[in-house]
Amino acid sequence: MITTLEPITYKFEPANLSPNDYKSDLHPIWCPGCGDFGVLASFYKAVAEQHIPTEQLVVVSGIGCSGRFPAFVNAYGLHGTHGRALPLATGVKMAHPELVVVAAGGDGDAFSIGMGHVPHAIRRNVDITYIVMDNEIYGLTKGQASPTSPVGMERKASPYGTVETPINPLLFALASGASWVGRGFSSRPKELVDLVKAAMQHKGFSLVQVLSPCVTFYDTYDHFKQISKPLPADHNPRDRMSAIKYAMDEATLYLGLFYQEERPTYDEGYAAKRAQAAKPNYGIKEIMGKYMR
Amino acid sequence: MPNNTLTVRVGGDSATGGIVTTGEVFARIAAYAGLEVYTTRTIPAEIKGGHVMFQARIAPNEVWSQGDDLDMLIAFDQESIDRYYALVRAGGILIYNSNESHPPAPDGVTQYPLPLNDLAKAINFQRGRNIITIGAMVKLFGLPFDTATAVVEKQLGRKREMLEQNLLALKSGYAYIEQNVTKTAPYHLTPRAGAKEEERLVVSGNQALAMGAIAAGCRFYAGYPITPATDIMEFLAGEFPRIGGTVIQAEDEMAALAMAIGASYTGTRAMTATSGPGLALMTELIGHATMTEIPVVVVDVQRAGPSTGMPTKVSQGDLRISVFGANDDAPRIVVAPVSVEDNFYQIINAFNLAEKYQTPVLFLSDQDMSVRVQTIPPFDLKRVCIEPRQLWDGRDAAAFERYQDTASGVSPMSLPGMKGGQYVAEGLEHLPTGEPDYTPEMHTKNMFKRGKKIRQAAGDAAKWGMLEQFGDPHAPVSIVGWGSTIGPVREAIERAEAEGLPVAALYTKMIHPLPRTEIAEFIKDRAAIIVPEMNYTGQFARMIQAEYWREVDSLRKYGGIPFTTREIYEEIKRVYATLKKPTKKPAAPKRALRKKKVASKRKTARK
Repeated sequence: MITTLEPITYKFEPANLSPNDYKSDLHPIWCPGCGDFGVLASFYKAVAEQHIPTEQLVVVSGIGCSGRFPAFVNAYGLHGTHGRALPLATGVKMAHPELVVVAAGGDGDAFSIGMGHVPHAIRRNVDITYIVMDNEIYGLTKGQASPTSPVGMERKASPYGTVETPINPLLFALASGASWVGRGFSSRPKELVDLVKAAMQHKGFSLVQVLSPCVTFYDTYDHFKQISKPLPADHNPRDRMSAIKYAMDEATLYLGLFYQEERPTYDEGYAAKRAQAAKPNYGIKEIMGKYMR
Repeated sequence: MPNNTLTVRVGGDSATGGIVTTGEVFARIAAYAGLEVYTTRTIPAEIKGGHVMFQARIAPNEVWSQGDDLDMLIAFDQESIDRYYALVRAGGILIYNSNESHPPAPDGVTQYPLPLNDLAKAINFQRGRNIITIGAMVKLFGLPFDTATAVVEKQLGRKREMLEQNLLALKSGYAYIEQNVTKTAPYHLTPRAGAKEEERLVVSGNQALAMGAIAAGCRFYAGYPITPATDIMEFLAGEFPRIGGTVIQAEDEMAALAMAIGASYTGTRAMTATSGPGLALMTELIGHATMTEIPVVVVDVQRAGPSTGMPTKVSQGDLRISVFGANDDAPRIVVAPVSVEDNFYQIINAFNLAEKYQTPVLFLSDQDMSVRVQTIPPFDLKRVCIEPRQLWDGRDAAAFERYQDTASGVSPMSLPGMKGGQYVAEGLEHLPTGEPDYTPEMHTKNMFKRGKKIRQAAGDAAKWGMLEQFGDPHAPVSIVGWGSTIGPVREAIERAEAEGLPVAALYTKMIHPLPRTEIAEFIKDRAAIIVPEMNYTGQFARMIQAEYWREVDSLRKYGGIPFTTREIYEEIKRVYATLKKPTKKPAAPKRALRKKKVASKRKTARK
């Protein structure tokens, strides 16, 4: 008979795997030419270069085209409900901080149905990386405007054009106090690998917005190519005001690391509270004793 | 002094009174003096202000309900007299704040003025009216003053200065009664012989639940504040960090359950607690936990709804959403404790069932038993047993399939960190590997697999102490019930039995799946089945009817307050009266269903 449970903690040795080893047996269901292929390939490379063992890696997602991400990675995966990738990932990370946790999803998942969770993951500074593949459209439901779509988008659900102003995800994250904010482009895989790597190595919450066009419902390849360019060399990623300035520029979509700061992660902060509260030889018997007559 | 118990109610405005503190401190004084205590209270939804009442029933022996009539009413203000004076029994006592209220015309109730405001002013302690009242009650009930002092020191002694004032207030109330009202206590309960030496816990249902969760090995809690579940989170937030656990105050209820699911996915026992409005939000993730087969415990401390409803009033109206709440069929287990004490043992069962069957388990407490402070025997830690989750053995990674079907339907699970056990916990319909799959064959198979697991759980109910039978086992009239109605039912059965009306009762703490055989056996030869519950449509009665094709007597109360013993007793009497008429042979199930649908002799109990 078991009466108590011993907590499990894992020790991991650095892996020596190729990007291909992180590919699952499933071929992505995405349309040929989808930007998400580029993101996935960059992700394989980024984790391989960090020597992360597949059993240490947990990829969590919500719903949408990019929500299928975990199924294509040889790792542990948790495919949640629409919008809940961040709280699911928070639970995983807080229960086992020794795991490497990545959340992945699209702009609808992150900035519409799941938007309520974003500032909270940010303020907790949960040590996870959130890769948001932003195509400015709802692809899985066949082309409706998303919270990042430009004003006036005409689709079946907005036949006279949308009136809503799009969300600026990076500005939102910076304003919420995010400790790491960056933007990549699926068509620039080399930079994207480095960006994802840097995000994952950051201790704390990192938001990577990846411009990842939808070839079927809103092909923005040319548009993104025209208006995106790397952040100027004189931008200091420690300067939040400078980061905000470049994030606010909507005529040019700057790519690269916008902002980074170090502050305690959620699990570190909580562990410190545990150390402060810890009582030796303390358990249910002692707790009950406090309520005895 | 009927039945050798005393029921006292304190009423007033929460903005000025500290009514609940009054009641709680008094309850503890009685408990420390060796008496058994059962408390009930209403709390206003307002942050400060609003009418509140606190009721304590005190007896030398265990009491099971709040009682019927009041032996004593302590009214801080006029509203309390207006609301509750009618409930005071003939020969009872009214103590009223003579500075703020006028007593009704004398009518067989002894009335004592207590100039609370003057007394408070005299000791220069305006906020001390509640402690003055406690002092008065201690004298009236003949409780030892030194016990009262000790409890006040323990409960309110955090600040030295305040403590001195509180003790002064206590003395002032005590002395006032002694000098102006009575030298000998009109009510004096002698504790059972040896009672003071017996170990007793003084806890609320939520505290019992939180302790049970700790004993069950739960080490992760995420929740969003909601009345009346919040103090579970507050309790665990204090204790978990000391024992290596984690508590997260989430941004909403969906996040709370998602975090618990995420934690449990890694192997950590996890739960969340909420009330009806939060449960409504959680249903998407309950379905997700069913689909991904991740164990998790979801506590719902039921309050009156729908919508925001009455946050501080009791209900048993979340039965149906707990059993069925999700899109499509999403089998889960539903567990319901019956009392403060039972919260401890049943939450352990809830965790064990969740882990054993890799499923969400809904745990239905209610406002009444969650906030009520009661004296109960210490929890028997020897009864604590942990049913581990069935894990993948780590061998033959190539052949490992997370959702492989088995005889029981439970599939061995790998945990992140285990080499070779990688899989995706998939909310889409999936193959045994976890790979998404929409074929009719696979969906049919998996629907059956997920249902099969849960059906089996019914077999654990009897083994795990989830059925409670009492009363006369051979009685023609029976009560089948769930949850906190057990208290008044127990007392009503005793009362009826004393009058030659025997009743058999069965309470099941596993609500879904129903322990089919045991209930079928129990109701088989009964002439009548009374199903009391605190909701409008008779949710449990309808479940019993649907499951067993039997007519039941659905006794419903849905005003937001618990049943009284008398209401149950009257129903027993009424049912017995109908039995004397020649009973028709029960109709064949099919005909009965077609002709009468689910109609039955429903009766609504109202005050």
